[in-house]
This record gives sequence, C-alpha cells and structure tokens, in this order.
Amino acid sequence: MIEAQGLTKRYGGTLAVDNLSFSVQPGRITGFLGPNGAGKTTTMRLILGLDRPTAGQVTVNGKPFARLASPMREVGALLDAKAVHGGRSARAHLRCLAETNGLPARRVDEVLEMVGLNEVARKRAGGFSLGMGQRLGIAGALLGDPAILMFDEPVNGLDPEGILWIRNLMKGLAAEGRTIFVSSHLMSEMENTADYLLVIGRGKLIADCTVADFIAANSKQSVQVRTPQRDELAKAVGAAGGTVTEDGDGRMMIRGLSVNRVGDLAFENSVRLHELAPAHASLEQAFMELTAASVEFRAGLPGEAGREAVTAGEVA
Amino acid sequence: MTTTTTVARHAAGPSSLGGGRRAGLAGTLRSEFIKIRSVRSTYWTLIAMILVTIGLGALASFGAAQHPNQLGPGFDATQRSLVGMILGQLIIVVLGALTVTSEYSTGMIRTSLTAMPRRGTILAAKGLVFAGVTFVTGLVASFASFFIGQAIMSGKHIDVTLGDPHVLRAVIGGALFLTACGLLAFGLGLVLRHTAGTITTCVGLLFVLVILSDFLPQSWQNDVDRWIPFNAGAQIWSAVPAPRSDHMFAAWPGFAVLASYAVIAVIAGVILFRKRDA
Repeated sequence: MIEAQGLTKRYGGTLAVDNLSFSVQPGRITGFLGPNGAGKTTTMRLILGLDRPTAGQVTVNGKPFARLASPMREVGALLDAKAVHGGRSARAHLRCLAETNGLPARRVDEVLEMVGLNEVARKRAGGFSLGMGQRLGIAGALLGDPAILMFDEPVNGLDPEGILWIRNLMKGLAAEGRTIFVSSHLMSEMENTADYLLVIGRGKLIADCTVADFIAANSKQSVQVRTPQRDELAKAVGAAGGTVTEDGDGRMMIRGLSVNRVGDLAFENSVRLHELAPAHASLEQAFMELTAASVEFRAGLPGEAGREAVTAGEVA
Repeated sequence: MTTTTTVARHAAGPSSLGGGRRAGLAGTLRSEFIKIRSVRSTYWTLIAMILVTIGLGALASFGAAQHPNQLGPGFDATQRSLVGMILGQLIIVVLGALTVTSEYSTGMIRTSLTAMPRRGTILAAKGLVFAGVTFVTGLVASFASFFIGQAIMSGKHIDVTLGDPHVLRAVIGGALFLTACGLLAFGLGLVLRHTAGTITTCVGLLFVLVILSDFLPQSWQNDVDRWIPFNAGAQIWSAVPAPRSDHMFAAWPGFAVLASYAVIAVIAGVILFRKRDA
C-alpha cells in the first residue's frame, strides 16, 4: 500500500506535483493517468525517495521508502529502462542490484528466464533494443519478488508484441495478488489493464475512482447522427434543449438528449436519418474532457476514502 | 521472441528469497565490487595506470643511469623510480571520476538508489571499494616501478633497496598518493556529476597548479608551493627529504595536506549527494 499526503514538489518556479493525496490499494492494478508533463514521473520519483518532496509525505507499507528493511523485497520499480550502465552485461547489472538486498544469484537467473533474456544474459546492455531494455528493467523490478510493483510508462515506444507482453505480464502479476501501480498517458492502455484510476493533470489529482465510474461520470452521454438535413435537425435539437457539435466526419454529435428523443424529433420534423446511434463513451474521451482544462476542473469521484464527489460536469 | 510469463507464485511478505534481512553495507559492498569489476573501463584505466607509471619511472631511471656522475648529493633513487606517479595520478583520477559520474551519465544512479535507497550506505560502499581497488593496484604499480627502476640503476650502483631508510615508506606511499588523488576525483565527481568537468578540474588541481606556481615571485613560492596538492602529496613517495630551500612539508605532513583536500572534496560530495534529488 502506497499512501501520499499533501505531496508537493516544486522545481524552481515549476510546481510539478501539487498537494497530492491518494492511496494505492493492494491487490489490484491502479492506473496513473495524465498527459505528458502532468507530474506522473515526479510522483513516482517521490515515492521511491529519488526526489525529496517540497511538502507532504509519501509512505510505502507505512514507512518512507528509504526506511524499508529490504526495499527490493517490498517494491519493484521500473522508471526508466535506459537507466542502466551500457557497458555491463544484463546478468552483471542484475547481480549488482540483487547483492544490495542480499538476494541470491540464482534469483538473477530466474528473473532473466522470466523475461526471456537468458540467451543474452552475458551481452552488454548497451546493445539492447528498447524492448529488451524494458525486459531488463522489469527483471530488475521482479528480483526481490515484491508485493508492490511500479511501472512508469512501460509500453512507451514498444512494438505491438512488446505491448501485449507487458499487458499480460501485469495482469499475471496482479492475478497473483500483487499491487501494481502503472502510469501512462495512453488511455486505451489503461482501459485494457487497470482496475482503478488515479488521474492527474498539471500536478493535481483530478480523479480517484474505478475505470467504469470514471467513464460514466466524465463522459457526457451523446448521440451520433448522420443526416442530409443537418440544419433542420440542429434547429429541432436546439429547441428541445440539446447541443450539437460536428465530429468532422459529416456526423453530428448531439448531447443532452437521449437516442429515443433524437429519433422522435427527427420523425416529428420529417428529417431523414442515415444513421442514429448512441456514442459509446471511452476512457479516452472522458480523459480528454477531464484534462483539457485540468486547472479549472477538479473531479474527485466517489472513491474508497469517501472523498467528496464533485464531477466535472457539475463544475462546468 | 515470444515468452510465456511464468512468474513464481507470490507469497505476501518475506518469500523464499531469504527475506527478513536488512539491506546493509555488506551487500552493498559486494554490489559495488561487482559494479567496478563488470565494466571494461576499469580494466583499461588500471592497466594504463600501471604501465604508464612503470614506463615513466623506468625511463627516468635509465636517464639517471646514463649520467651517474652528474647526480647531486641529494639524489633520491626511490623517487626517481617512482616518478611515473606524475602521470599515474592523472589516470587514476579518470577512474575515480568515472566511478561516480558514469552512474549519472548512464542514469544508473536512479536504478541503484531504487535498489538501495540509503544514500550514505551506497556512498560508503562505493568509496571503500574504489579506494581498496586503487590502493591495491597502486601498490602493484609502485612496487613494480621501484624494482624495475632500481634494476636499471643497479648497473651504475646508484640504486637503493627496500631496507634503506624511508624507502619502504616511500614505495607504499606511492600507492597512498594515488589513492588520495583518486578520492579527490571521487569527491569532486559527486559534486559536479559530470565526467569531463570532474577530470578537467582534477587535472587543473593536480597538474596545472604546479606549473602555474612557477610563475609566482620567489618569495610567494616559498609560502605557496608546499600547499599545492601535488607538491604536498609527492613528499610521501620520496625517501630523501627535499632540501630546506624548497620549503616543502615532510613526508607525512605533506601527505596529510593532500589527504585533507581529498577529504574535503568527499565530504562536500557526500553532503550534496544526500541532499540533492537524484
């Protein structure tokens, strides 16, 4: 369990992390979502004690990371796959890490096998592809067989096969009852893997809820319509209290009215429809809407901590 | 490269990996020893340091043996055979800098601190391993230089033996000198976190200052020269004390001055390393 209270980090004049309070609960995959530069990596660096918070604190299993008796046995982290001395072999690199926590050499061979690097264990890490480097980083995170795993943008730059591998790996690790805290700016990735979401924008927490709740609360219901009589329908929709936006594809997106109501309006106004469908709200859309103006919007969704529920819609 | 991910069952809490032990200095020392042994630059710099030190010492000894009659009464055969330290120090400085700065240039420092977040422990281990490796290879370079140099000079009977006054201290002192120079670079590396900057600064302190002091007025030189890192530290690998007119420190006080510079650099480095974001 990772707990942050009032976590704040300022670099010079930039507020990278702004009064974050959250907890990462055990036994599930918590997605840490935010656009590039939102403060995800800084938050992870603060958790691991790489950076010192300007204010607030963060603990892992009740203690600051640096006070854990055997850090690698409690937390495995992959922040940057390139954070490796390129002149060292994969095996030597892992041995260096393992020795600090008194982990046996056989464990190094085990994790190399797990991530499929046993064939290149004696090769210098500097020659590894991005995908192999990522596997090496994950091998390092798994060395201590920790109950908590943290991954910062693990699929960044990977090919589809690599992405699938990481996705399955995370699901497998979560199925074993481990806590996974994974950051991404790819909403689709989170939709596929995460159970729970922490969303940040410009250093502030803007959502703390399940993936399903996040979509339901943040994506306004919309109806997708295609018609040759655009103006007539737009007028009728406007009169009925709906709003119309174009999606650029010759389609209209109608908000504020149900699919049935839009169909009835078209019938009453003798507007021919070529398409009428409820738009499925995706995490992607919800995320874009929420973070587009992340400074003004604060949406704490009903989380486990029973935080006050203010949805983006209400504030807007 | 399809891999079936079979992760060992996960037991909450301490697992089969011998859990419960606190990660401490012993393991981190082993880790740092693997680190220094597992990159090629360590071998290249140490081999270069030994060869250059021996080579220059042999050349200087050969030069002395060519004109034995021109050697003054203050001739120091020990110092002559160890004169390669002048270049050896510059090479050990590269290793001292790289030990620290390569962690920053590669980003490895973040991975290292994620495995062992206790910064004092990681620095202590790194410093002890580096100092140990440098001292041992320094002894190899120093003793080899001494024996080869004396062998060259023995034909003209201007050689000395380890049993002569102060000679053993001077030969071991060569290794101490190299270790202090290396630790100066180690400390500066922690402060600057940049390879080229650290090496340049060290070369300036150890090499250029000596040359610059030559341009000072004589009366200033009398006060300044002995405090220059090289002039102070080099007394430890001389068996014959420098003439009074040179205003130099004696062997051990001189070494203490060089060691103090190294200690100041290391302390500054430790303070900054513990305080700064990694």
